[in-house]
Amino acid sequence: MSGYDRLIFELSSPGREAYSLAESDVPAAPLPASYVRKDAPALPEVSEFDVVRHYSRLSRMNYGVDTHFYPLGSCTMKYNPKLNEDTARLAGFARLHPLVPEPLAQGALQLMHELAGDLAEIAGMDAVSLQPAAGAQGEFAGVLMIRAYHRSQGEKRTKVLVPDSAHGTNPASTALAGYEVVEVKSQPNGEVDLDELARHLDTDVAAFMITVPNTLGMFEPRIVEITEMCHAKGVQVYMDGANLNAILGITRPGDLGFDVCHFNLHKTFTTPHGGGGPGAGPVGVKTHLEPFLPVPVVTKQEDRYALDWKRPKSIGKLQAFWGNFGMLVRAYAYIRTMGADGLRAVSENAILNANYVMKRLEKVYDIAVPGPCMHECVLSARRQKKLGVTATDIAKRLLDLGFYAPSTYFPLIVEEALMIEPTETEAKETLDQFCDAMIQIARETESSAALIHDAPVTTPVKRLDQTKAARQPDLRWTRRP
Amino acid sequence: MPNVPTDLKYTREHEWAKQDGARVRVGITAYAQEQLGDVVFVELPKVGARVTAKKPFGVVESVKAVSDLFAPVSGEVVEVNADLPNKPETVNQDPYGRGWMIVIAPSNVGEWDTLLTAAQYEEFLAQGGH
Repeated sequence: MSGYDRLIFELSSPGREAYSLAESDVPAAPLPASYVRKDAPALPEVSEFDVVRHYSRLSRMNYGVDTHFYPLGSCTMKYNPKLNEDTARLAGFARLHPLVPEPLAQGALQLMHELAGDLAEIAGMDAVSLQPAAGAQGEFAGVLMIRAYHRSQGEKRTKVLVPDSAHGTNPASTALAGYEVVEVKSQPNGEVDLDELARHLDTDVAAFMITVPNTLGMFEPRIVEITEMCHAKGVQVYMDGANLNAILGITRPGDLGFDVCHFNLHKTFTTPHGGGGPGAGPVGVKTHLEPFLPVPVVTKQEDRYALDWKRPKSIGKLQAFWGNFGMLVRAYAYIRTMGADGLRAVSENAILNANYVMKRLEKVYDIAVPGPCMHECVLSARRQKKLGVTATDIAKRLLDLGFYAPSTYFPLIVEEALMIEPTETEAKETLDQFCDAMIQIARETESSAALIHDAPVTTPVKRLDQTKAARQPDLRWTRRP
Repeated sequence: MPNVPTDLKYTREHEWAKQDGARVRVGITAYAQEQLGDVVFVELPKVGARVTAKKPFGVVESVKAVSDLFAPVSGEVVEVNADLPNKPETVNQDPYGRGWMIVIAPSNVGEWDTLLTAAQYEEFLAQGGH
C-alpha cells in the first residue's frame, strides 16, 4: 500500500475548477438576504484531474472484505454479493421517491412486506419492523415496545437485566429507554449463571437481554429454561441478534422462547458495513408485542400493499421515511438467492470455519472456553502477555502480515481477548494463511518481541499512540505551514 | 501481585477506601489501573452529589474499556479530584495517592465494616478478582 496523506484542501489552487454547473431549467429565484453569505466558503479549488487522482490514490488504501480477510469477531464481515448491488440499483428501487403515492410504489412495498415475512420466519417471530437503522436502534425499539407492553398491562417495571458479557449497546439502549440496567455476572465460560439470574428476577424487572450464541461463541445450553424462568416472573426476553449467523435454519429465537429479537442486515444478511451504505437493524416480536411496532407497517389486502399508520399503541416512528430501504433490497436479494437450504448451509459453514481456526490455534494460544464453538472463537493472549506481548500487539502485527485484526478486549470477561469470526464465505486456504500468521506471531513473541511492539511497519500509518490520541484528541484540521 | 496497602479497605469492584477523619477518600486500586491499561478519561460527580454504596458514582475510560466506578459507602460527595479530568494518567501513575477520585461524608457508618480488608482483597485477587 502506498502512503498518501494529502487532504483535498491542500491541493487547492486559486481559480481552478473541476465542474461547471448545468444551466438551470427553472427561473432563478433570489435567496432571502439573511441567507446570503458575505464571504465565499473556503472550498478546495481543484481541477477534475486533481479530484480523480486524489480519490484514486486514497481508494488504493481502502481496506475491506473485498480486498482482505477481515475476522472481526461479532461483526460478521462476510462477502457482500455484487448481485445485491445490482438489485439495489434497479431504477424502480433506486429512483423511487419514498413519498410517491402507494399505488405507484407497489413493488417496493411488496418487497418490504415479503422481507418482513421472511425475517419473521427465519427467527420464529410473528411480526417484524424494518425501520431501525442499525442493531442498536433495533434494540432501542425492542426495549421501547417491551416498556409499552408492560404499561399496557398496568405494570411499572424499572429494571432490565444484562449479562456482563453483553455487547455495550445492550445497556446503552436500555438506559436510553429509561430503565435501570442491572448487570448479571456470567459463569467463567460465558453461560448465564442461573442462580444469579434467579436472584435478580423479580416483579421490578421488565426484560432480560441476552445474545445467543453468547459473546464467547458458545450456545447457551439452558436457554429454554432461562426464557421460562423469565416468563414465570412476567419478564420479557430479548435476543440480541448479533450472532444470528450461527443459527440460521438450525434453531429460531422465537422457538427458544424469546419475545423480541433484532437482525443486523449488515452482518447476517450481507448488506455492506459502511462504505457501501448505512446499516439496518429490523426488529421482530411475538404477537403480544405486535400492536406496539413502529409506524408505519406495510400491510397486504388481497393483492394491494399499503402503509398502515393507524396503530394507536405504536411506539411511534423511528427513522426517516421507511428505514434504509436500499439495505432492505440487498437483504431481500440475498435471502431469495440463498433459499432456506442455503441459509442453513451459511451457519453450518460459519461454525465449521470457526472451529477449524480454533483447532489450529489452540496449541499456541489459550482458548477462552473449551470448544467446540459456534460461529466465532475467543482466544486469550494471556500466555503471550506474560512475555510482554498483548492482544493489541498481536492485532497490530497481523496488519503487517496482511490480515485485518480480530476484535480485541471483547468480551470484557476474557483477559486479553482476541475474538475471531471467520464467516462462511472464506475458503480453507485463507483460513490456513491466517492461522499460519497467528502461529508465526506466537513464535515471534518468544524470539523477537520488539518486532511485534513496532508493528505495523508496512501500513501507510504506522503504530499510533492510542493513549495520546484519546487523552489529547486533535480533531481540527489546520493548514500546514 | 499488585500493591495492596494494608491501611485501606476495598470493594470487589476494585475501589479502595481510606478513612480520613470522619470522611472516606476513594480511588481505584493498583490492580484495577493495571487491568484497565492507560486511563484516558475520568468522569466524576460534583461536590454535593449523593452516592450510594455499591452503585456507580462515575466512569473511568481506558484504551481498552469503559467501566463504572462504584461507591464503597453511601453519603455526600464533599471533595472531588479536579486534576483528573485533565490528567487522567495520574490514575495509572499513583492510584493510591494523587490518583484519588472523591471524598465522601458517609451517611451510614456501618457500611465501613462491610468493606474488604487488605488481606481479604488480596485473597479475592488471588482467586481471579471477579
